[in-house]
Amino acid sequence: MDIGILSWLIIVPLLGMIVVMFLPKNNKWAIRWTATGFATITCIQSFWLLWDYYVNYSGSAAMAYVEGPFEWIPTLNVQYLLGVDGIAVPLLALTGLLSLISIVASFNIQIRLKEYFAFFLLLEAAMMGVFVALDFFLFYVFWEIMLVPMYFLIGIWGGPRKEYAAIKFFLYTLFGSIFMLVSILLLYFNSEPHTLNILEHIQNGSNLPYVLQMVCFIFFFIAFAIKVPVWPFHTWLPDAHVEAPTAVSVILAAVLLKMGVYAMLRISWPMFPEALRACSTYILLLGLIGIIYGALVSMAQKDLKKLVAYSSVSHMGFCMVALAAWSSEQAMAGVMFQMISHGLLTGALFILVGVLYDRAHTREIAAFGGLGSKVPVYTALMVFFAMGSLGLPGMSGFVSEFLIFVGAFGVLNQYLVGIGVLGILLGAAYLLRMVQHVFLGPFNETKWGGLTEINVREILTVAPLVVLTLFLGMYPKPFNILISETMQNLITLMAR
Amino acid sequence: MEFQLPEYSLRMMLPEIVLFLAALVVITFDVVTKRKSGTAVGYLAMGGLVLTAIVMATTGYGRGFGNMFIVNPLALFFKVIFIGAAFMAIGSSFGITQKKIVNHRGEFFGLIMFSTLGMMFLASSRELVSLYIGLELTTIPLFVLAGFFKDDKRSVEAGIKYLIVGAFSSALLLYGISFLYGLTGTTDLFQMQVGLATKQIATQGNMGAIMVVAIVTIVAGLGFKLALPPFHQWAPDVYEGAPTPVTAFLSVGSKAAGLVAFVKVVVIGLYSFYEPLMKPNDWGIMVGVLAAVATILGNTVAIRQTNIKRMLAYSSIAHVGYMMIGLLAMNELGLSSVAFYMFAYLFTNMGAFAIVTLVEERTGSCDISDYNGLARSAPFVSLSLAIFLLSLTGVPPLAGFVGKFYIFAAALKQAGSQAGQDWLYWLVGVGILTTVFALYYYANVIKMMYFGKREDPPKITLNPPAVAVVVIGLVGVILFGLYPAPIIEFASNIPLSYGFIVP
Repeated sequence: MDIGILSWLIIVPLLGMIVVMFLPKNNKWAIRWTATGFATITCIQSFWLLWDYYVNYSGSAAMAYVEGPFEWIPTLNVQYLLGVDGIAVPLLALTGLLSLISIVASFNIQIRLKEYFAFFLLLEAAMMGVFVALDFFLFYVFWEIMLVPMYFLIGIWGGPRKEYAAIKFFLYTLFGSIFMLVSILLLYFNSEPHTLNILEHIQNGSNLPYVLQMVCFIFFFIAFAIKVPVWPFHTWLPDAHVEAPTAVSVILAAVLLKMGVYAMLRISWPMFPEALRACSTYILLLGLIGIIYGALVSMAQKDLKKLVAYSSVSHMGFCMVALAAWSSEQAMAGVMFQMISHGLLTGALFILVGVLYDRAHTREIAAFGGLGSKVPVYTALMVFFAMGSLGLPGMSGFVSEFLIFVGAFGVLNQYLVGIGVLGILLGAAYLLRMVQHVFLGPFNETKWGGLTEINVREILTVAPLVVLTLFLGMYPKPFNILISETMQNLITLMAR
Repeated sequence: MEFQLPEYSLRMMLPEIVLFLAALVVITFDVVTKRKSGTAVGYLAMGGLVLTAIVMATTGYGRGFGNMFIVNPLALFFKVIFIGAAFMAIGSSFGITQKKIVNHRGEFFGLIMFSTLGMMFLASSRELVSLYIGLELTTIPLFVLAGFFKDDKRSVEAGIKYLIVGAFSSALLLYGISFLYGLTGTTDLFQMQVGLATKQIATQGNMGAIMVVAIVTIVAGLGFKLALPPFHQWAPDVYEGAPTPVTAFLSVGSKAAGLVAFVKVVVIGLYSFYEPLMKPNDWGIMVGVLAAVATILGNTVAIRQTNIKRMLAYSSIAHVGYMMIGLLAMNELGLSSVAFYMFAYLFTNMGAFAIVTLVEERTGSCDISDYNGLARSAPFVSLSLAIFLLSLTGVPPLAGFVGKFYIFAAALKQAGSQAGQDWLYWLVGVGILTTVFALYYYANVIKMMYFGKREDPPKITLNPPAVAVVVIGLVGVILFGLYPAPIIEFASNIPLSYGFIVP
């Protein structure tokens, strides 16, 4: 059995976890740098994969780097089958990069270091697994493994209400997963011969009876919508985000939320075309509610981190609108752009909020004011990412929102989509309000006189994100080439 | 009619004979050494079990005693579970025997072995009377074991309670069996099955109240043994009061024995009374309702428990519910899924109880609050318990998940392939939803251990056999979670050997 690059993406972080577990407890330096080392290797691998895919495989929609199928549980026809295409590769690179950044951003963790980095590497392995698995069983296994380290990461190193947030996250996601499990089993027994191969199910999905398609589609939707999170399944997100330590919030926002959208694109959208047609209006409505609701709630937040958390609900709403406009090539490209762009921007915003919190020990917006004169570099970075997030042209957020609305206007009810565009306006409102209250206005010298500037390590963690945001915003073409063949294939499948 | 002397084939019974002798040796050894045998007697008992397993591996399939005694895949698979449970129970009881039952160690270990012997006979019996005797041999030593701490009120209460409930349920079972004998004139399970089916056809399914009484009393009698609601009330008290390794053995070994009896009498013996074939004398929906109640009740009441043994008692009630869901799927996946589930449960639950024993030895109680902050003072113990609890919840890639997946797969397959079995969809729905409740109380213990902030959590002293048990549990849970294929392969021989189950 040959082990290919995709397996290595999972194995390297796992190895890292094991090595970290056997390091001496008090050698903080060794633990941090070992974790960083393994994350760096994975990050390099994932970017090599991105480059290699771009050069060699982006001209075709077929799965690349396929490993397997190897028999795993023959009685149930469970196989070890990995493969990637144009929608998985960018997300793998995002995972690799953000994991590395988060680990570096976690250097200030002081208690129970060993467990922290071990759990983090396990989380990374599971995330990689979700994006490369092509067998339902395998997919489900990785999807669930992820919950365990996440539970511990929030529960041990989180904020004041960490226990509540951790169990809420765990229960909520498990509740969704069981729906997925049922539909996986239903699909398994309705295929002949019984199989758990996702690709085969996509091929045969349109032959399924309508009722079964609907049931499976809705069950999968619940499971994935909780992860995205789509309104009204979003209530775990503010709690988890606010209570989680900075780096975990970054991973949550940048990668975990993408898993829901990725799973929709990979599984339920192409697999149940009839059900998709029947449901797309409702999906649009949920997406619109998410955009507006998330933006309005963001506007009312007093806590900086909560503001960013609710902005995620709003931004993922854009993804849902685009997913409802599945027949449009622009909208589907927009989904991918939005996922990557949101991962970069929101990841950066969470890191920066964490940087401020480490120094000020508060996140209350009203407590600050005029920081721009005291910490100019920090302010510049924060404003940069806020602008990206509200969709300033030249940055990745603009490209994705533009593509999504161009696509959605073409195929959906234009009045409804028009409401969604309001979300961009509201986004500008809450982000600019935040910038105004925190960085502009009079500076309180007695209170924040001792505030220090962002340090080199912290700048390094966000620097790659600055570069990528600008690159995607100014020159989106290579990324479009990367995904276009896969997307066209998916659209063909959905239009069956 | 020509009379034929039954063929004895004692060879088939060799493992049982070895275990019997080993149990005698263990008891005698303790007496001969004037109760000063130390840990040696425990190792001797474990050695006896290992020897039994080796002999069993070399014996193979076959029959003896005029078909009364049969070694088929079902028997073999469950015997492995029984021996494993006894081995792990004895391994985890070194600390307790050293402290609290210094003068009766030989009896303690010997009784566990005798109970195991009963289970093995039960698994091999193909006939109602020997099955009943096997069941009695299983439970009578357990009555004594449950009340082994003579000075502890709760232990004595557990012993008495278990004795009364056990006797009552045996009587119920025997009553039901007598009806079956009356109807068919045979105690042989296969002839009985054929006889009942013939009668059923002859009477066009209208066999009258007698069959209803028979089915209800048998399900109730076995329901008591399995702690299947509404026959479960004894379980939490007995689990709480009994010495912890005995609780572990009860929850795995005795449960597996009840399950085998259920399979033999109800699933196989009363096969033709399963719902799709005949109404109204069915047991399918009845057991289905009980299973649903078991998963709901077990998983919700467990949330409120503050004592970890009681919590695990309720969780085991829920797990019986899951196993019943698998049994109700009367297809080629059903029996093997239950067998695999039980196999996974062996490692998970025995491991978890081994840790509960270790913590109890140190703190003297089984309160969940004792686990506060344990992750800092006892990382190995905490990590292991966390893994066992996650496996019980059914989180992949642990063995418990594969078991649950397999059981739900079996039930859903049946629901989809037979008309009129839509109720199985609902049963699976209930089972899967209650898994979410289960996460809550299992995670509560994990939360205690890892998120607790107690200043000075107790250090746990480890003894080698207990560590070995925990390690065996961990290896089983992780290995058979990642690579369950060999066990599933073996388990799928079970329904095949009862060919009639394959549609």
